[in-house]
Amino acid sequence: MSTVTETAAEAGVDAVSAASTPAPRPRRTPRTWLRGGGLSNLVFALPMLVVFSLFSWSPIVQSVVMSLQKTNLVTDPQFVGLDNFANVLADPLLGKAVLNTLAFAGLALLMGFPLPLFMAVLMSEVKRMKGLYSALAYLPVVVPPVVAVLLWKVFYDASPTGVFNTVLGWVGIPPQPWLQSPASAMPSLVLEATWAAAGGSIIIYLAALLAVPPELYDAAEVDGASIWKKVWHVTLPQLRGILFIMLILQIIATAQVFLEPFLFTGGGPNNATVTVLLLIYRYAFQNSLGGNYGEATALSVMLAIVLALLSWAYFKLTDRWSTT
Amino acid sequence: MKSPGKAVIAGIAAIAMAGAFAGCSAGADASGKVELRVGTFPPGADAAAYEAFEAQEKQFEEDHPDIDVIGLEYEWEGPTFAVQLAGGSLPDVFTVPFTDSKTLLENGQLMDVTDEIDELGYTDSFNPVILDGVTDADGRIYGFPRQAYAMGLHYNRDLFEQAGLDPDDPPQTWDEVRAAAKQIAEKTGKAGYAQMAINNTGGWQLTAATAARGGSIQTDDGDGGYEATLDNDGTKAALQFLHDVRWEDNAFGAKFDLDWGTINQEFAAGNLGMYTSGSDVYTALVRDFGMKPEQYGLTVIPLDGDEAGTLGGGDIAVISPSVDDATKAAAVEWIDWYYMQKLLDEDAAKLDAKTLADSDQAVGTPLLPVLSRELYEESLVWIEEYINVPRDQMTPFIDRIWEQTPVGEPKGKTQEVYALLDPVVQAVLTDRNADIDALLAQADADAQALLDQ
Repeated sequence: MSTVTETAAEAGVDAVSAASTPAPRPRRTPRTWLRGGGLSNLVFALPMLVVFSLFSWSPIVQSVVMSLQKTNLVTDPQFVGLDNFANVLADPLLGKAVLNTLAFAGLALLMGFPLPLFMAVLMSEVKRMKGLYSALAYLPVVVPPVVAVLLWKVFYDASPTGVFNTVLGWVGIPPQPWLQSPASAMPSLVLEATWAAAGGSIIIYLAALLAVPPELYDAAEVDGASIWKKVWHVTLPQLRGILFIMLILQIIATAQVFLEPFLFTGGGPNNATVTVLLLIYRYAFQNSLGGNYGEATALSVMLAIVLALLSWAYFKLTDRWSTT
Repeated sequence: MKSPGKAVIAGIAAIAMAGAFAGCSAGADASGKVELRVGTFPPGADAAAYEAFEAQEKQFEEDHPDIDVIGLEYEWEGPTFAVQLAGGSLPDVFTVPFTDSKTLLENGQLMDVTDEIDELGYTDSFNPVILDGVTDADGRIYGFPRQAYAMGLHYNRDLFEQAGLDPDDPPQTWDEVRAAAKQIAEKTGKAGYAQMAINNTGGWQLTAATAARGGSIQTDDGDGGYEATLDNDGTKAALQFLHDVRWEDNAFGAKFDLDWGTINQEFAAGNLGMYTSGSDVYTALVRDFGMKPEQYGLTVIPLDGDEAGTLGGGDIAVISPSVDDATKAAAVEWIDWYYMQKLLDEDAAKLDAKTLADSDQAVGTPLLPVLSRELYEESLVWIEEYINVPRDQMTPFIDRIWEQTPVGEPKGKTQEVYALLDPVVQAVLTDRNADIDALLAQADADAQALLDQ
């Protein structure tokens, strides 16, 4: 009996080891590659490869090359080594732009991170008309961003007859200079950005809330937990993973904020809303006709490296924090 | 395959190509005509503007059967220019402002047209101050100055009346401007006086306000070097004026982020009493911004001190540096016919004015002459019957502009220096306690660093 089991066990071990060390593959030569259908694989992948290299990879490589050159796109470029990077780092506006970008990201987290979660939790508690609420919440996301900004520009009109100022007037608050003062310009931008982006986050949180096992809520209810206790002890821990992912994604997105400052204020008043991306744009287009394309690409490369590091951290962490 | 056989063109081409090989036929279409892509007006112009252009295109092609003119929507914008040039999507003929012509020709981004201008024989007719803006250090010429303007003070006659001011007697000193602005703001609740502040226009208008007070923002040492003088008394006085209108009188309104387009919009909508801009802006106000002509008033900018002058500007018709010789020759023909002849020749002037007037385009907006004052005033007599702008509402400007000294825009890194001044203007308008001296000292140091590059 024992011998039988032993041999069986050994056989099993053998089987396992045999499975885990595969037979040595024949050496790959162009010929075997061709015979094995390598050509059709390549042809199959070719359109994608061509499109990607033309429109994605070659511009990336070109901009890295350009960041080491002085060029105006017309006369021959000169190689200047790391001069562009040095010039950008010496620019007093860079510090301001980085701080402004961080301020935007920070304010966007304060205003924009808890709000969609709160809305999603509220909406998940609603029993009827769920579809309608979801549609309403998602509506701002459907409005084209440029249109949304131009619309809010009208709302933010600083004269007493502006939309928001009229509303404030009803409750006796004097007209505010929304976009026209360095102190209130950035929060005004963040408010609009939050309004525009919250819908997408709400939908994602709603989906995540559906995945929370209802038994947990039932158990909490049996224990006599109030709605806030349920949210705190059941919902939030269950959403931990998704919350973290959304946080990283939002940081990466807000680090690249351009549209709002570009359209609302052009970076003003007095550079109070210049962001890193807007600074890149200014290097390339605003200040000189030849364009400081070298400095613009140098700053782009630096930003890309920082964001790549962030993304890498994100992947590392999400591996560990996997939601399952 | 061959260059067109017109004697004139062949002659010009022969000079231009001395020692060069014959032009290839890249610009010729199947019928052997030279295709010429010319910039017309900004995107979004009304149908009447297109009608006027089509009529003119037809007239030109009758005279020049070997040239096929293709009108393209074009608006000069620094940001897109270099990219369009590199990408080959620029028209063959377009216009650039004086402000940028020096930078462009130094960058090698314009076509040399010295021989053609000599050939046409108007090198000596140009106003030398203006021609200097398109001439490089070796005396080569890179464009045809076609239109110039002086900065003027535009005012809304309706708001003047509502505020109890006489629209036929506009302010003549900066103090009077300030008092009028205050009165307009108090009586009508609208902005009395506003000034552009973003997208380099803040620096542009501050430079104009500086010149009007006898200052200048840079000095030219004559051999390609410039010294920044942003912290001069004229600029300080101009900023102090803005500060007083904004904070002491509360007469600036609530918009501190206006540029050329948005300030026109505010003015045309009747929300603004007075502002400074080019004297030729009437056309855009009525055509693109829907202003009622009867509300419009124009006077000269107040000048303060003996050194004071009026900043001028304008634009230049230029040819893309990448065209072949046949296209270049056709481009010269077009520029001469479309832009220059109406300044020189009675019949051409009449035809142009009639065509524009027939399509309800503005005729007779006050300009500065790019040639001589005599020629300009004579041309106004030629086209008198077609003038359709209310010149009587512009009398204060028309009568007095000749007493003012014209001042050219600064030439060293113009747009970049303007961009440095934008935040200074914005700071004064949005911070009651802005330190004008410190702001200008910083901007001056930054500007000098740019000029020394």
